[in-house]
Amino acid sequence: MIDMSEEKKYCLTQARALVENLEQGNDSEVNSLIESIAKFHESALFQEVGKLTRQLHETLNNFHVDSRVEVLTKNEIPDAKERLNYVIKITEDSANRTLNAVEAGLPIAEELKDKSNILNKKWQRFRQREMPVEEFRELSNEIDNYLSWSVIQSEKVRENFSNILMAQDFQDLTGQVIRRVINLVQEMEGNLIDLVRVSGQRMKKEPQAENSGSNSKADGPRIPGCDSHKDRLSNQDDVDELLSSLGF
Amino acid sequence: MNKDMKILIVDDFSTMRRIIKNLMRDLGFNNTSEADDGKTALPILQAGDFDFLITDWNMPGIAGIDLIKAVRADPRLAKLPILMVTAEAKREQIVEAAQAGVNGYVVKPFTAAILKEKIDKIFERLETK
Repeated sequence: MIDMSEEKKYCLTQARALVENLEQGNDSEVNSLIESIAKFHESALFQEVGKLTRQLHETLNNFHVDSRVEVLTKNEIPDAKERLNYVIKITEDSANRTLNAVEAGLPIAEELKDKSNILNKKWQRFRQREMPVEEFRELSNEIDNYLSWSVIQSEKVRENFSNILMAQDFQDLTGQVIRRVINLVQEMEGNLIDLVRVSGQRMKKEPQAENSGSNSKADGPRIPGCDSHKDRLSNQDDVDELLSSLGF
Repeated sequence: MNKDMKILIVDDFSTMRRIIKNLMRDLGFNNTSEADDGKTALPILQAGDFDFLITDWNMPGIAGIDLIKAVRADPRLAKLPILMVTAEAKREQIVEAAQAGVNGYVVKPFTAAILKEKIDKIFERLETK
């Protein structure tokens, strides 16, 4: 590798000789000087290219012999896809379990409320001495039925709450799975950065936007910390405001 | 097994601690404490007289399996009943946990009924000794 300052000295010497010969009109000297300067630069360039090529070749070779990369490609990346599918599946299952419990529980809660109201009105009339004896006998039976009915119903409500509680277990399970995938992605990121650096390209700041036919790209749920929420509205109120400003 | 027994729940995911705490409350056990790692759990166990330990396996500082080993190695804690509640289900892990001295092993995801069953079993066995 030719030392830069030596190169500069050489160029300066040649340049001075070139100017002198031009001033003196020595055409053949001028031509041969220009040729030798060009050749000098050519060889420096060749050496640089050669060096980079060797570096790239070595890194690519390392990639091949690095069994970690092979394991990543053959096992862990397909594995990661499975894991993420699993996350989708159990979050869906959990949501369904919760919704099932809510759908079972809400009608019970409403019936409890309605029956209690009706019974309470009658009971208050009794308390204010506005109820004849026969009606009270009837009321007595109704209260009896209500009590045994509500014992059963309230147990159902408790059970549904318990199911909702258990349905929250998805967070722990998916959290563990996602952590593993994050580690995998970080490892791949490291490998790719090395590769890009060696091949000499500079990393582009913004990814090129793909022309997908519509002007807006689907982003998925808002994830704090991701750039994707630059254009996103933060809540339902904001969305409603925007819609109404558009005339909805 | 008395309903006032002091229980320590150890898991690095707070939602899981909350679920187990609520299940214990459901079963009548209101005297529960929590720790988010084996590392923070050990001094808590050493400081107060706990009657029961429920722990996860995967935790960043000290893992559940190592917490169990440390508990069994400490003469003041060696007899503490321990239930492991974890997503880890490989045969060799279950064996390792058993050899380390757990009293019960519940695999996630689990149901309230299973948790109750395993806890009852642990204390039944201890009482018949």
